[in-house]
Amino acid sequence: MTDALPTVTTFPLGQAKRGYSGVVHRIDADTATGSALSASELESRLIELGFVEGARVQVLHEGAVGRDPIAVRVENITVAVRRREAMAVIVG
Amino acid sequence: MEAPPLHLALVGTPNSGKTSLFNALTGSRQKVANYPGVTVERKEGSFVTPRGRQVSLVDLPGTYSLRGRSPDEEITRDMVLGRAPGEAPPDLVLCVADATNLRLTIRLVLELKSTGRPLALVLNMFDIATRRGVTVDVPKLSAALGIPVVTSIAVRRGGTADLLDLTDAIAAGGVAPAQENRWQPLTAAQLRATQREADRIIGESVSLPTRPDTWTARIDAIVLHPVAGLLILALILFVMFQAVFAWAQPLMELLSSGFGALGQLVHDRLPEGLLQSFLQNGVISGVGSVVVFLPQIVIIFLFILLLEDFGYMARAAFLMDRIMGGAGLHGRAFIPLLSSFACAIPGIMATRVIDNRRDRLTTILISPLMTCSARIPVYTLIISAFIPDQQIWGWFNVRGLVMFGLYAAGIGSALLMSFLIKFFMLRDYQPAPFMLELPDYKMPRLKSIAIGTYTRAKMFLQRAGTTIFSMMVLIWFLASFPQAPAGATEPAIDYSIAAMIGKALAPLLAPLGFNWQIAVALIPGMAAREVAVAALGTVYAIEGGKEAAAQIGEMLATKWSLATALSFLVWYIFAPQCASTLAVIRRETGSWKWMAVTFFYMLTLAYLASFVTYQIAVALGAG
Repeated sequence: MTDALPTVTTFPLGQAKRGYSGVVHRIDADTATGSALSASELESRLIELGFVEGARVQVLHEGAVGRDPIAVRVENITVAVRRREAMAVIVG
Repeated sequence: MEAPPLHLALVGTPNSGKTSLFNALTGSRQKVANYPGVTVERKEGSFVTPRGRQVSLVDLPGTYSLRGRSPDEEITRDMVLGRAPGEAPPDLVLCVADATNLRLTIRLVLELKSTGRPLALVLNMFDIATRRGVTVDVPKLSAALGIPVVTSIAVRRGGTADLLDLTDAIAAGGVAPAQENRWQPLTAAQLRATQREADRIIGESVSLPTRPDTWTARIDAIVLHPVAGLLILALILFVMFQAVFAWAQPLMELLSSGFGALGQLVHDRLPEGLLQSFLQNGVISGVGSVVVFLPQIVIIFLFILLLEDFGYMARAAFLMDRIMGGAGLHGRAFIPLLSSFACAIPGIMATRVIDNRRDRLTTILISPLMTCSARIPVYTLIISAFIPDQQIWGWFNVRGLVMFGLYAAGIGSALLMSFLIKFFMLRDYQPAPFMLELPDYKMPRLKSIAIGTYTRAKMFLQRAGTTIFSMMVLIWFLASFPQAPAGATEPAIDYSIAAMIGKALAPLLAPLGFNWQIAVALIPGMAAREVAVAALGTVYAIEGGKEAAAQIGEMLATKWSLATALSFLVWYIFAPQCASTLAVIRRETGSWKWMAVTFFYMLTLAYLASFVTYQIAVALGAG
């Protein structure tokens, strides 16, 4: 579940394309500079929707305009988020 | 002596099936009100357990945690902590979970435990979980959490038997006193740790689904497709519009003629005079003008509740989020604004789906700019009297174009206002992030929808009815007093306060090309926009009922210039000509301030737009 090797390349979920499937590596609210929420509030909200380290995620759908927002499968629920908030979820 | 009622509170994450459980337990024995001082809905119901214990049940707003990040969530937190002013602390908190999706709820349970309040977990939708091959070791889960756990199927008869037995058992054992409250707002690190703990407990006592839900994925592949999804949304909206306009029309006409007949009956039975006029024109037509909207409200809420229950609403918000976001609106504002095309009242009531207060406020403020059905009689009258019925550029009808232009002006100004409101009035506004669960699709349950629609309809009649009714009486008073002197030759309204106000306002309205007759007609037009048509008829002393509409048109065509007609049309796009809408805004925002803001911004907009229209039209020779 955890302890991803340092060699694994990680990137923000906000940049993932439809069909991407991976595991949450960490939450780094500071990378989501576009979000209106404070870093700690954003982190709390993401955790409340199930984005914790080790959770399996998959990008199921993208919005029509600018491929935003995205629908993400997080373990066994589907969550809609805007890409600028999803930037805080580092996946690998 | 009978035992005092047991106080139960339902807590759960959004989409946990909390509301259907609430409906299953209490049926139609529900009371909907607001918590004092806030616009959060307070839903309370009652039921009797098999052993005869009276229970009062409160359905608390859905939440993922007790952090209280919105007024709704603060209510949930304060109720659970027993801090809510004027509320009895619950004897037992029932945390409702969707049994197919326990992760987020188990974390909430762990947080709720720290409040020390007696707690039980209800695994709802257990039938769906079983069908998907999820097995839950209930005793083990109960032991791991240290609280009673029961399963339930809210939508099936008898599906809440275990929960009722548990309630009886707890009531019989004497309610355990609340333990020490160790709850503190959780930091992100603590939330994370709680989620890990929850995942560990689930891993030990719940199996993974062997037959996962494939329907949701299949439906979403079409419904959330960037192109097909928007087309489907448009189709749903089209059907909804059809329903609101076409299906509601016969019912509305029936109600309207029913009230008309009742008024006539009163007219015939009572001697001519004040009492007759008060009952017929004040009470009956006042109440009637409100009740007429009921079919539209019922149909709109039927659609909204069906789509919500099915799980489509969150998808509609997903599809529209970016498109609405361009104007600074939240994806969830879409349905309320759409409903406002029928009538701003259900639209404003539907803004309750927007959880962010400021997004909700903006949506409420711009809803009355959407072209509601009450404007249609006014538009139709003026257009048919003044705009030539001819084709241009081959297939465009000029009248159709003008009508379209009026709708487009409404939408355009609403988007512009939304932008201005955010820019000037809510400047410290932070756009609410769009983060929401897309729940699995579920078959809507008729009983739940019927209860929901009934509750809304009752709320509309009760709440709006009282305020709107008093405004109607006021307008009747203005239009009736003082009375015409004996042997008067002019219509009675000419001697009234309304006429005095109208004549006093006339110089102010002259730059818009409005004569004093228009100014007078605008006052009873406050009762409902279409009343202005009848009022114009009265002021120009035209006798007759419905057939008079064509006559009014002919009369106006001789009395008004084209510039005045255009200016009048533009006035009706913007003017706050509807006392009912203002009353509902007052109700829904809980403040006179926002009602006043709506009134004055719309008035200013109407005045400026009509002024510009009239002056330009006159300059072009249409005066």
